[in-house]
Amino acid sequence: MMKFLKRFYLGIILVFLYVPIGVLIVQSFNAGKSRAKWEGFSFRWYVELFQDTRIMNALYVTVSIALLAMIFATILGTLAAIGIYSMKKRPQALMMTLTNLPNTMPDIVTGISLMLLFLFTKVERGYMTMLLAHITFDVPYVILSVLPKLKQMNKHTYEAALDLGATPTYALTHVIIPECKQGIITGAMLAFTLSLDDFTISYFTTSPLVQNLSTLIYSAARKGIEPSLNALSALMFISLLVLLLIVNRRTAENN
Amino acid sequence: MKKILSVLLLLVLLLPAYALADEVVNVFNWEDYIDEAVLEQFTAETGIKVNYMNFTTVEDMIVQVEANPGAFDLCFPSDYIIERMIKKDMLAEINFDNVPNANQTIPYLQNPAYDPDNKYSVPYLWGTVGILYNTTKVDDPVTSWDILWNPKYASNVFMLDSIRDSMGITLKHLGFSLNTHDIPSIMAAKQKLIEQKQSGIVKAYQVDETKDKMVAGEAALAVVWSGDAQYAIDLNADLAYAVPEEGSNVWVDGMVIPKDAKNKENAEKLIDFLCRPEIAKANCEYVRYACPNAGAIELMGEVYTSNPVQNAPEELLNKCEFFHDIEPAFLSIYEAMWMEVKNTK
Amino acid sequence: MLDLSLPWWGWLLMGAGLVGFIAMLVVSIRRNQGVKRSLFASPYTLWMIIFTVLPVILIGYYAFTDMNGNFTLDNFRNFWDSNYESNKVIMQAMGEAGAAYVSRGTVNVDTLVYSLWMAFKCTAICLIAGYPAALFMADRNMKLGPTLVVLFIIPMWMNFLLRTIAWMSLLEDSGLINSFLRKLGFDGVQLMYNSNAVLLGMVYNFLPFMVFPIYTVLNKMDFRLSEAAADLGCNSWQTLYKVVMPLSIPGVISGITMVFMPSVTTFFIPRMLGGGNTMMFGDLIESKFLVEGNWNVGSALSLIMMVLILISLSILRKADPNGEGGGIA
Repeated sequence: MMKFLKRFYLGIILVFLYVPIGVLIVQSFNAGKSRAKWEGFSFRWYVELFQDTRIMNALYVTVSIALLAMIFATILGTLAAIGIYSMKKRPQALMMTLTNLPNTMPDIVTGISLMLLFLFTKVERGYMTMLLAHITFDVPYVILSVLPKLKQMNKHTYEAALDLGATPTYALTHVIIPECKQGIITGAMLAFTLSLDDFTISYFTTSPLVQNLSTLIYSAARKGIEPSLNALSALMFISLLVLLLIVNRRTAENN
Repeated sequence: MKKILSVLLLLVLLLPAYALADEVVNVFNWEDYIDEAVLEQFTAETGIKVNYMNFTTVEDMIVQVEANPGAFDLCFPSDYIIERMIKKDMLAEINFDNVPNANQTIPYLQNPAYDPDNKYSVPYLWGTVGILYNTTKVDDPVTSWDILWNPKYASNVFMLDSIRDSMGITLKHLGFSLNTHDIPSIMAAKQKLIEQKQSGIVKAYQVDETKDKMVAGEAALAVVWSGDAQYAIDLNADLAYAVPEEGSNVWVDGMVIPKDAKNKENAEKLIDFLCRPEIAKANCEYVRYACPNAGAIELMGEVYTSNPVQNAPEELLNKCEFFHDIEPAFLSIYEAMWMEVKNTK
Repeated sequence: MLDLSLPWWGWLLMGAGLVGFIAMLVVSIRRNQGVKRSLFASPYTLWMIIFTVLPVILIGYYAFTDMNGNFTLDNFRNFWDSNYESNKVIMQAMGEAGAAYVSRGTVNVDTLVYSLWMAFKCTAICLIAGYPAALFMADRNMKLGPTLVVLFIIPMWMNFLLRTIAWMSLLEDSGLINSFLRKLGFDGVQLMYNSNAVLLGMVYNFLPFMVFPIYTVLNKMDFRLSEAAADLGCNSWQTLYKVVMPLSIPGVISGITMVFMPSVTTFFIPRMLGGGNTMMFGDLIESKFLVEGNWNVGSALSLIMMVLILISLSILRKADPNGEGGGIA
C-alpha cells in the first residue's frame, strides 16, 4: 500500500512535469495555427520548419555555441580544477570564492553585467560575445564537477607514478586526467545542457542580428508562437530521448 | 563518442561558409511587419541579402540602435521616435536621388511635423489606435473610451503595455492632448488608469499577443493598433474596430537610416523598392495597416478606400493627434506614473 | 551570419594570452620538472577577472555615477523613491504648486518585496512537493532512482520559454483546461492573468532544482543508518524525522538556494502567465535597461539584488558550513 502511494505521488509529479511537453508535441501536429483548436493531423509544421531560415539559423547558432562553449569551458575548467586542486589553502579558498561567484549571481545580473562590459569596451555584440558569455557561465560548472573527483583521487597514485619514472607531464595525462574522466564528462554535459537552454544571458549579450532559439522564441512569443517551433522542440525532445535510451542500454550492457 | 564529436565539430566549422553573402542590408523592424516574400523578391532583383531583425517596442528599438552602432542600415521607428532620433543626431540624410519612388506619399503625410524638411524619413505604414471588440460579448455601442472603464466588462479588457499609448488614450478620454505637459492632467490620467486596474477591468497588459488572443476570444475589448485590428477581423468575423469619438492617436512608421549605417546605399535601394506601388500594395495587404503610398492605394481600389479600419475618414483623423517626442526629463513623469499604474495591485 | 565582431585589439589580447599560456606550458614541459600545476588555473583566473569580476565592477561603477559619469547616490534614492526624478521635474515646472502632485513612489520597493514573497512561496512549494519525491526516488526498495533522475532531467532539455508558453495554452480562458470544463458543462474559470499562474510557472520551472540536490544527498546516505534506527526501535516515521531528515539538510539547503535565487529574478513568466498584471524584480531591471535605457538606475537595482542574495546565501551557508549539498551533477 505504502509502495503504491509512493509510486502514485511520483506519478503525479511526473504528470505535472510532462503535461506541457505533451501539449507542445500534440500542437506540433495540428494542421491549424491556433493553440487551442484542433484542426486535424498534419506534418505541415515539420515541413515549414526546415524551410524557415530564421529558425534554422537560430538552431545553428544555438547548437554551435553550445558545442564550442562546451569544448572551451571543459578545457579551461579541467585545467583550472587541476590548478586549484594543487594550490595552497589560501589561494585555493580565494579561487573557490571566485568560482562560486557566478553561481550566486542571478542570470539577469550576469547577463546585464556582461552587456555593460561589451558596451563599455565598444565590442559589437553578436555571435562572438554570446560565445564568450556562454563559456563564462559554463566554466564554473565544469570546475565544480571535476574538483570532487580530484579530491577523491588517492594522492599517492601521482607520487607513485613519479617514483616509477613517469615525467610529471606523463603522470598528468596518464594518471590524473583518466582519474577524473567521469567528472570531466559530467561537467561537459552540464555545460552543454546549460548553454543549450540559456535564455537570459544570451538575451543581453547578443544583438538582434544573431539569435539563438531562446531569443528567437522570446521575440516570437509575443505575437503567438509559430507551431514550427513546437515541431522543432518535439524533434529535439525525441532525438534526445533516443540518445538517452541508447546510452542507458549501453551502460546496462556494460554492467 | 569521439566520432560523433568530430563530425559535429566539422559541421560547426563548415556551416558558416554558406551564410557569407557580400551585399547585405541590415533591417530593424517590428515583428511581423513586412511580407517576407517581398524581401525575397528584393534579394532576387538586386542580389542584396536582407538581414531582418525585430524589436517589440520603439523604446526598445532606440536603445538597441544606440547600443549596437553600425548594426542596422534601415529602421522603422514611429513618428515621435524619428523626431527624437533627429534631435539626438542619430539619423543620416536620405539621398532622394536614389529613392525616386518616394514621391508617392499621400498629401496627408507630406511634410510631417516630426521631419519638417523631409530629409530623414519616408513613411512606411500608418494607422490609428482604437478599440477592437467582440460583438458577441459587447452589446453597448463602442463610441467612447469610457467603455474601457465599464465594470460590466470586468476582467475582459486587454490594455496596451506601452507608456505613451496607454497614457495617451486616457488623456484623450479625459479631454486632454496626448502630448500634454500639464502635470495635473497627467496625474488625472494616472488616477484613471489606476482606478481601471483596481476595479479589475484589465485582464492583461500586453502588446503583440493581443491580436491572436482576441481572435481566440480571450477578451471582450482590447486597445489595439488599426492594423492588428484588421488582421484579427480577417480571422474572426465577430470582431469589430472603432476609434472613439474623443479622438485618438494617429501615427506613422517611417523608414530611416541610422547615421552609422554600413550599407547606406543598399538601404536606399530597399526604401525605393518598398515605395514601389505594387510592393507597397503587397505589404499593406499583408500587414493590414493604412498605406501612405498613392500609387498602391490606386492599385488596391475600392477594397481599400471603402474600409474604414484601414482608410480612416477625414473627420475622424481631424480629432486624432500625432505623438510628439517628449524630452527625457519630462518623460520621466510619464514613465514614473505608468510604473505606478503597473504596480497597482 | 557568423559575426566575429571583436575589435582587433581584442583578438590581439586573446591571442597574446593564448600564446603566452602555451609558451609557459612548453617551457615547463621542456624543463621536465613538470609545470607548476597551480599555474594551470591561470588562464581561468584571467578569464574570470575579465568576464566576471570586471563586469561586476562595472555594475558598481554605473550604480554610483550619473549619466555624465559623476559620483552620485541618486540611483539609490531612485530605488527608494521611484518618483525621485519625476518629482524633481514637477517641482521645477510648477514651483510651490507642485507639492500637491509630489509623492514617494513605492514601485521599486514594492516590486522587490513582492518578488521576495513570490520566491519564498515558490521555494516552500518546491520543498514540500519535492522532498517526498526525492525521498521516494532514493528509496532502495523501489529501485527507481536512476530512471527517475533521467525522467526529471528530460523536461529541462525543452526550451523553458516554450514550456511556459505550453502552460499558456493550457490555462487560457480559451485554453485546453477551460474548453474541457465547458464540454463537461461547467463554467470556465480564469486560471491565467494572476499571480497564482505566475507561481505555477515558477514552481514548474524550478522544481527539479529542488529534487536533485536532496536526492543526491539521500542517495549517498548510508542506508544502514536507517536500518540501525529501526533495529533500535524507531518506527518508520521516527526514522524519517530523527535520522533521514537531519542528514538530508545539506541537500535541502542546496535546493533552497538553487530555487530561491532564480525565483527572485524571474522574468518572462510574469509577462506570459501573469498577463503583465504584476511585475517582478527581473522585469523591472530589464525595463530599466531596455525600455527606459537608464543604465545607472538599472545597475543600482541589480546591485541591490545581488547584495540581498549574497546576504541570504551567507545565512544559508551558516546552516551548512561544509557545503556538502549535492549539486545537479
